[in-house]
Amino acid sequence: MFQLFRKLNYKDLICVVICVALVAFQVWLDLKLPDYMSEITRLVQTSGSKMSDILTQGMYMLLCAFGSLISAIIVGYFASLISSSFSRTLRKEIFEKVEEFGMEEIKKFSTSSLITRTTNDVTQVEMLIGMGLQMLIRAPIMAVWAISKIINKSLEWSALTGAGVVILLSTVITLMIIVLPRFKIVQRLIDRINAVTGENLTGIRVIRAFNAEAFQEKRFEEVNDKLTRTQLFNQRCFAILNPIMNLVMHFLTLGIYFIGAFLIMKASMLDKITLFGNMVVFSSYGMNVIMSFLMLAMIFMIWPRAQVSAGRINEVLDEKINIVDGYREKGLDGVKGEIEFKNVSFKYPDADEYLLHDISFKVNKGETIAFIGSTGSGKSTLINLVPRFYDVTEGSILIDGVDVKEYKQEALHNKIGYVSQKAFMFTASVKDNVAYGNNGNKKPSLDKIKRAIDIAQATEFVSEMADGLDSHIARGGTNVSGGQKQRLSIARAIARDPEIYIFDDSFSALDYKTDSILRKELKKNMKDATIMIVAQRIGTILNADKIVVLDEGRCVGIGTHKELLKNCEVYKEIALSQLSKEELENA
Amino acid sequence: MPRMMRNYEKSKDFKGSIKRLLSNLKPWRVFLSVALLLAMTSAILALISPNKLSDLTDLITGGITPNINEETVTKIMSDPNISNEDKIKFQQVLSNATKDENNFLVELDTLPKPIYDEIKPKMDIEGVKRLALLLAIFYIASAIFSYIQTFILSTISNKFAKSLRTRISDKINILPLSYFDNHETGDVLSRITNDVDTISMHLNQSLSVMVTSLTLFIGSIIMMFYTNYIMAITAIVASLLGFAFMGLILRKSQKYFTARQVELGNLNGHIEEIYAGHNVVKAYNGEEEASQEFDNLNNKLFTCNRKSQFLSGLMQPIMGFVGNFGYVAVCIVGALLTMNDIISFGVIVAFMIYVRLFTNPLSQMAQALTFLQSTAAASERVFELLDENEMPNEDSFENYLDAKKVKGAIEFKHVKFSYDKRKPIIKDFNAKIKPGQKIAIVGPTGAGKTTMVNLLMKFYDIDDGDILIDGVSTKKLTRENIHDLFIMVLQDTWLFDGTVRDNLKFNNTELSDEDIFKACKTVGVSHFIRTLSGGLNAKLTDSDSISQGQKQLMTIARGMLKDAPFLILDEATSNVDTRTEELVQKAMDKLTVGRTSFIIAHRLSTIRNADLILVMQEGNIVEQGTHDELLEKNGFYANLYNSQFEK
Repeated sequence: MFQLFRKLNYKDLICVVICVALVAFQVWLDLKLPDYMSEITRLVQTSGSKMSDILTQGMYMLLCAFGSLISAIIVGYFASLISSSFSRTLRKEIFEKVEEFGMEEIKKFSTSSLITRTTNDVTQVEMLIGMGLQMLIRAPIMAVWAISKIINKSLEWSALTGAGVVILLSTVITLMIIVLPRFKIVQRLIDRINAVTGENLTGIRVIRAFNAEAFQEKRFEEVNDKLTRTQLFNQRCFAILNPIMNLVMHFLTLGIYFIGAFLIMKASMLDKITLFGNMVVFSSYGMNVIMSFLMLAMIFMIWPRAQVSAGRINEVLDEKINIVDGYREKGLDGVKGEIEFKNVSFKYPDADEYLLHDISFKVNKGETIAFIGSTGSGKSTLINLVPRFYDVTEGSILIDGVDVKEYKQEALHNKIGYVSQKAFMFTASVKDNVAYGNNGNKKPSLDKIKRAIDIAQATEFVSEMADGLDSHIARGGTNVSGGQKQRLSIARAIARDPEIYIFDDSFSALDYKTDSILRKELKKNMKDATIMIVAQRIGTILNADKIVVLDEGRCVGIGTHKELLKNCEVYKEIALSQLSKEELENA
Repeated sequence: MPRMMRNYEKSKDFKGSIKRLLSNLKPWRVFLSVALLLAMTSAILALISPNKLSDLTDLITGGITPNINEETVTKIMSDPNISNEDKIKFQQVLSNATKDENNFLVELDTLPKPIYDEIKPKMDIEGVKRLALLLAIFYIASAIFSYIQTFILSTISNKFAKSLRTRISDKINILPLSYFDNHETGDVLSRITNDVDTISMHLNQSLSVMVTSLTLFIGSIIMMFYTNYIMAITAIVASLLGFAFMGLILRKSQKYFTARQVELGNLNGHIEEIYAGHNVVKAYNGEEEASQEFDNLNNKLFTCNRKSQFLSGLMQPIMGFVGNFGYVAVCIVGALLTMNDIISFGVIVAFMIYVRLFTNPLSQMAQALTFLQSTAAASERVFELLDENEMPNEDSFENYLDAKKVKGAIEFKHVKFSYDKRKPIIKDFNAKIKPGQKIAIVGPTGAGKTTMVNLLMKFYDIDDGDILIDGVSTKKLTRENIHDLFIMVLQDTWLFDGTVRDNLKFNNTELSDEDIFKACKTVGVSHFIRTLSGGLNAKLTDSDSISQGQKQLMTIARGMLKDAPFLILDEATSNVDTRTEELVQKAMDKLTVGRTSFIIAHRLSTIRNADLILVMQEGNIVEQGTHDELLEKNGFYANLYNSQFEK
């Protein structure tokens, strides 16, 4: 938490100082207020006091109240300014840090966790600061000031106030101990309710096919029942806080008066009046003392939550990024679209087992290389090493004769048109989605975008959309189908005009026909580009110049389709599971 | 805290929703009235106790000033028991009274006992004790009442929430599938958790706050007017002035709160997008673009955030000021009236308290009203789901086909079907399928192959024509009966969070472990299950320990255990390694033995060996026949088949 506070700049700190001063002023006014109040009461009570006196005292009191209001407004202004600008800065820092992350760091935290850290966790900290600036400053000042006003007045009264504070704080603490862990349970149970309902929804066809509705209802009811019971227990426990708070405050006033009555009765004539005055003062300040401790208790209630959030934020900010940027802008002169893997091995830093073992191959300009193998054979991992989503553990990857690690990441990415496994759409128009990013040159022209869409076999459905190229793609691309998304993301790569295309299983959602036309068009239009394809279907890669067969991270065969059919057992196995013998031979 | 942020939605029909909500609470009306009565009582106690407290103050004040007046002085002077010496001393002290008040009081203490006893302040200590006891009882009673009240209300609201959740969950099972095809899962989930939660939380709080505040509010107005109408008007006008000001701010801050929610949503969306598409952003050097957009949204959020925080933070101080303002106004007007002998001093004291009692509930009611608003909005969403049209009731159907006796013939007669009445999909489908035949359903992705599943399983009703099973119209069979006749194994391997045994048995509770292992052995998954720690008792959570292929095998085993004359099978095996795929395919082949099977085919061998191929495109069945027939026809199927071998 304190590590985060260091992010406050000197301007913020000046504001904080002003806030402290103003809060102190406000407390002084607030404590002054009862004096005028009792003065007015006294004046009204005494016969013969002048109207003008009452008016003057009333004016003073209103002035006090108004002054307190004004300073509260100013403090509120600064507090909201500090806390919201703090959260703005924090969010930005986290966001930019995450942008720098490689896949490794993203994977370590998981996307959803990073999102919560950037939004919810920041809000938690922001709340603590916003509230803290008002309460955390006010409560101790108020407590100390009020205590100093009543200390030494009477032992009995002080003891009573002390008892009130102890009872209240112990109630709050007991409740926290009992209820807080159960809040976590409630959260878990709500997740369970979501999970079971989610299961019911995703499996609705299966459930109905098995006539298992009642079975599922029973499962739901179990969780529902548990949730209700836990929540009820929590709320019933918490319900006790309010009555106890009221009871303590009322009994404090009553107690002070009751004790006061006896003290006054026993006192000498002279002391009686002072005692009475003290009693009135004590009852209002005693209340202030208790209220300040309550405020402190509240701070301590949000503090742990904010502390956890702060920890999670710091984890992100302190994360060391493994991928170090290079310095080269260009590859070797005269070399373009050449990729070479030299004895590449890869494992995740914290893993024991290698995912890729000693892989070497070379692709020349204009060639197509395909990777095939069963799930977990390392195809996607291999292809992800080229744009440096991960760095190789051993060996090296050369593009245009230069190790990818030596390139500036931006320069490296400018050479590559990457199409991910899961087609990804931005919330923007079709046009902007295709023209996305920056390749070191100007944004692609409209003609270029149209051509890219055409090659990607997307013209037909794009023209059928309401606004053609300007049609809006909804968040997550929910208004286009999986196959359409894939075609648009392929168009995005084409519009970039790269030296190297990387297709990470990007044709899987396309039907055979579209798949084959698209590949034909690609080959026709991108004669100079080097293409790397990961595929599941044999049909997709039949015509590649080179096919790399992977099995459990090892390269078990490199060659053309025909060659591999003859000499690669794994390849044959895969091929036969998809096509019959005669079909393979006809191909 | 995000829970608080959702509170600013507006409902469409506030009154109607609240009314409906309350009518849903009818089963608890007795407890509800008790709780509200208690809330009222405890408010009335709060209204009375300040009066008693000021009485107590009066009693104590009575014990401060010495009892020196004409009556006591003459009494002392004429008392024969007091010596003349003492009387003279008393007169001397009295004559000093005006000179130095403090000294006078000290001298009073030195007076001889008989005189001192007479003039010493008389505090009605018994009265003090009596009043203190009364107040203590009031306070304790009020605390107990308020606890019982919240206890009852939270019980009711939680039970109500539970019943709502159950109703939604049950409703899911009787809604037609079309509902789920048109609504997102997240939407239904948010209704069952977030919305129900909002209702229970806020209903609980706002109901008691409303009743308490209303009682206090009306009570204090009545008490004020009863005591003195001029003062009452003063107090009310002074407070209302403050509140008008507050309402202005509230309205303004509401605007920023809504804006803040919108901006927060936008920023979240952007963050989500950029994080989720991280590799695309990186590979396309889109970081700068993303940062610019982020800054833009972040700044917008900052502005709304700052303003909404600032304005909402103003409430408390302004409330305090309004209270003080009312207090001063009452004092000044009160003093004026006292001097003109219109009212007594006690009235002012009482009013000082009434002003506070009057201003507090007003702001609480305003708060409760916003809570009720969001409750209404949430309940609208919940009721909307509960009001959705259900599937037609089939309780009166008398036809029944026994799964064990059905031969497995199925006939489609002029079947017409559409998801959307304006766009007919299946226009006129006819086919006669003999028991034990294999039907392959083929077509490009998105061609609507699941439509066939929907029709066969009666997930959707056909528009026209008929489907006959062993000659019996499916229109005359209950859905439950039809489901009993089919084994369905789809591509998405749906398994729930439970043990392997529960997942395999599912609702078929009569199965023994032996039956299960027999099926698993046939499918080829028994070895794998034995290797799991716990065997059949192993928990299937979302762990990575069970591969997609193994999951698929388990769903096949689950189907195997059902034993029905018809089979619907989706052959697709995505994300499965080659070896497991072989295993899965073998298991699938075993499943088709002896059953009339509808297979969403992906393997050419299946397609070629099928007795009938249904070729689908855009939801419609465009061609049907055997492999050779269709190739000869040289139509859509032939084109599709040849496309994967083209150079």
